[in-house]
Amino acid sequence: MKTALFDQHQALGARMVDFGGWRMPLHYGSQVAEHHAVRNKAGIFDVSHMLPVDFEGPDAVPVLQLLLASDVSRLQSVGQALYTVMLNENGGIIDDLIVYRLSSDRFRIIFNAATSTTDVQWVESRIPQDFEVEIQPRRDLNIVAVQGPEALTIASKVVGGKDIDALKPFTCVEHDQYFIGRTGYTGEDGVEILCATDAVHSLWKALIEEQLTPCGLGARDTLRLEAGLNLYGQDMTSEVSPLESALEWVVHWEPIDRSFIGRERLQNLKAAGAQRKLTGVVLERGIMRAGQEVQTGLGNGVITSGTYSPTLGYSIALARVPKLATGDCKIDIRGRLVDGRLVRPPFVRKGRKVHK
Amino acid sequence: MSEIPSELKYTATHEWSRLRDDGLVEVGITDFAQNALGDIVFVELPEVEEEVAGEEEVAVVESVKAASDIYAPISGRVVEANDELVDEPERINADPYGSGWIFVIEPTDTEDLDNLLDALEYEEHCAEEEEQH
Repeated sequence: MKTALFDQHQALGARMVDFGGWRMPLHYGSQVAEHHAVRNKAGIFDVSHMLPVDFEGPDAVPVLQLLLASDVSRLQSVGQALYTVMLNENGGIIDDLIVYRLSSDRFRIIFNAATSTTDVQWVESRIPQDFEVEIQPRRDLNIVAVQGPEALTIASKVVGGKDIDALKPFTCVEHDQYFIGRTGYTGEDGVEILCATDAVHSLWKALIEEQLTPCGLGARDTLRLEAGLNLYGQDMTSEVSPLESALEWVVHWEPIDRSFIGRERLQNLKAAGAQRKLTGVVLERGIMRAGQEVQTGLGNGVITSGTYSPTLGYSIALARVPKLATGDCKIDIRGRLVDGRLVRPPFVRKGRKVHK
Repeated sequence: MSEIPSELKYTATHEWSRLRDDGLVEVGITDFAQNALGDIVFVELPEVEEEVAGEEEVAVVESVKAASDIYAPISGRVVEANDELVDEPERINADPYGSGWIFVIEPTDTEDLDNLLDALEYEEHCAEEEEQH
């Protein structure tokens, strides 16, 4: 499948790759240059392969209370958003997502591309029949993320809205033909703009004219990993609970009578005590990659995402390791044991190194 | 279109070989390869004095996105490795046939080079790979 902006990516010289069934830009020449552009100024990403799904109706709240690990009633006013996960009965993560409140009885969730079809099937199969809610997948909407220290200023200029300047982190606003959320996946400030296909062409062109750097999935991956953000399918899977994915914070145990899917199993897991945790690893020589073994004094673990950090100039990774492991570790890189160190993510905050 | 110097020999795995006047063979990766890999950020060099066989994995080049094995084009003994790449792996992107060379082999038999691809054959090989991509 192709996004509406496919031809524009090709015109910009993008190297295209398959991602979750979509032809997406990997980079437009140098993924490292794109990474730095986002940390230093701002970059734009076409993430239209992700799927917005609207939940509308008098029972939208109870439905989401059942489907999501977080308590959506905490989104008390229109325009608020939260990051959470959808669980299966075993407490494994089906997907991670952001849910936005559009009105008292209307919510919008943005699902990952690769999981979007099974997510919608899951949602439809789990809604009790007597619940009044309409589920509407919005393939008609495109998504452009504008990310970086100057993202807000430039997006506001291009979209022409004073309300963007006033937008707080993790809130959203509907402005003219745009839906704008102050959210992202890079660790930088920025917005994600949703709009119909006729509007997205002119939006993309206008952002390019503002000298914003078009960025591909390559830079998106190094940026999110520096920010310590999990990637679905690598750092989170349907086999592992949020307790072992550094995501216990999204699980709202209160109120105790909210029986969301996976709750019972998750409570048992918590009572038994999680055996593993997801944490960060840094390495000075060599590059860590997903699947490599991590050896700690308390047992072995595995790298779930690893890359070279363009901001830091060395390799960073997320790894699932024994719960109490800390400090020095060894990474098996093609049969050679290399000295690494376990650290708490993020690795980069506001463009700067977090760990000494 | 990537650069393919006519005086060099090539492998299907995208190494180039240059027979020097002193009888030693310089090895690196091609322009086509560096372009496909993207920004190169780490190089694991072969051990000097190591005996290697043709098509054996002897080094690793890592770009931001992936690790790639580098194979010895011919059998011989590694006599030199490009230490400059430890701090400046990006030389492979900037100058793949020059300062981005990776190691030097003393060949067991110089005639082994005749079994490698010439520039024309390598160009055809790259075109085929592009098509499959």
